[in-house]
Amino acid sequence: MSVTVKIPTQLRSVTGGDAEALVDDAATVGEVLDGLYDRYDGLRDRIAEDGDLRRFVNVYVAGEDIRFLDGLETPVEDGDEVTILPAVAGG
Amino acid sequence: MPAEALKCKECDERYPLDARFVCDRCFGPLEVLYDLSGLDPAETRRRIQAGPPSIWRYADFLPFERSPRTALAAGVTPLVRADRLAERLGVREVWVKNDAANPTHSFKDRVVTIALAKARELGYEVVACASTGNLANAVAAHAAAAGFESYVFIPADLEEQKVLATGVYGTHLVAVDGSYDDVNRLCTQLAGERESWAFVNVNLRPYYAEGSKTLGFEIAEQLGFQLPDRVVAPIASGSLFTRIARGFQEWLDVGLLDGELPAMNGAQADGCSPVAEAFEAGRDVCRPVRFPATIAKSLAIGDPADGPYAVELARRSGGRIDSVTDEEIRDGIRLLAETAGIFTETAGGVTTAVLRKLAERGELDPSERVVLTITGEGLKTLDAVRGTFEVHAVEPDVESFERALGAPAVA
Repeated sequence: MSVTVKIPTQLRSVTGGDAEALVDDAATVGEVLDGLYDRYDGLRDRIAEDGDLRRFVNVYVAGEDIRFLDGLETPVEDGDEVTILPAVAGG
Repeated sequence: MPAEALKCKECDERYPLDARFVCDRCFGPLEVLYDLSGLDPAETRRRIQAGPPSIWRYADFLPFERSPRTALAAGVTPLVRADRLAERLGVREVWVKNDAANPTHSFKDRVVTIALAKARELGYEVVACASTGNLANAVAAHAAAAGFESYVFIPADLEEQKVLATGVYGTHLVAVDGSYDDVNRLCTQLAGERESWAFVNVNLRPYYAEGSKTLGFEIAEQLGFQLPDRVVAPIASGSLFTRIARGFQEWLDVGLLDGELPAMNGAQADGCSPVAEAFEAGRDVCRPVRFPATIAKSLAIGDPADGPYAVELARRSGGRIDSVTDEEIRDGIRLLAETAGIFTETAGGVTTAVLRKLAERGELDPSERVVLTITGEGLKTLDAVRGTFEVHAVEPDVESFERALGAPAVA
């Protein structure tokens, strides 16, 4: 099974320009992100702090904010799309 | 123009003054950093007073080398002393800052003026925004006047008046099937992919936010370069609320004002009050609201970008953040209309209702000078007052009129 992660422009300097990444064998959002951290050096520091997401990082599974689901424990299924976005827009 | 750089509010990392809004290092929001140390207060005050009757009189505090020409002049709206409202609330002085008196009838003309001037300077030809209505009006109008192509994204369930008052300017109006936060997420994604578009409240947000400072400048200037004791203002994303105070702070730093920050009181609607809830709970992290449900649609942001900073400001300044019911919002609209002759939209009803709540709870000192910030026009949310008063239907004759409203007393 695999999940597609959409990477925002602000993180593409650490993903070598990748705008999208496939992560296999992850059962939760947290595991998806761990898979990305293993692959891309420096990514963890950009968006995570003390094991949690930084406060201006939003993550969505199939368009739904994970704070309305189970946060990093939110389960993911084959074919799901996970989107990482900055939270400082709007208003 | 002493603007030096963009600076991350979280980690202080600095960036050049270009189109960006997020810190690459920590994802924090960016703001414009100024060096105001060279401003002489007396000279600056003279320059302001000799300036144009628009927000460009505050050019020393705005991020441009020289003041651009803008087609629609925002700002210098009335600050009206509202003695009948003050009497009703039991305080000495209430002033109403009526920002409905802007070209598209809300405070959003201020932020859009700055954002579009920056878009032009940076070479953009297309501007866009995610809006709860007032911003949609302003972006569409200012883009039309300045000759930008524009894309305006709104939640599909917006008030009809706000939809009509946007489409008329000839914008690409996009009604998104979802909440404002869905609209905002879509625009954040699009801003990443369409690099030739200037989203005023996404990739130009640090500049856009600077426009709200001018509301603080004006309040202080119109009070004779003095600070009020308290300011009550609405909170949607928290950007306006925090920037009013930043305007005061910059003038305190430069020496244009004496004293300390006023108590900053934020106002939200019960149906979408993530910032008020965080304040009440003693947290700074705002738990987002999934399904906002309030008649104050212009404040219905479930995931407020500046929420933590708004909470921090309210605490630091000795203010609070409160929320009110839809019924209290309607009553607030009526209270302001009946005592000050100012008809505001639902967001102004929220703000007025919160002021009334503070007065009823005894939290206002009777000697206070309070400024009530009215951000938008009542004609944009007419449904809110439908059925709140009686219309006397009569036949065109005196008897019919007197039957309905009473005969004159017999002498």
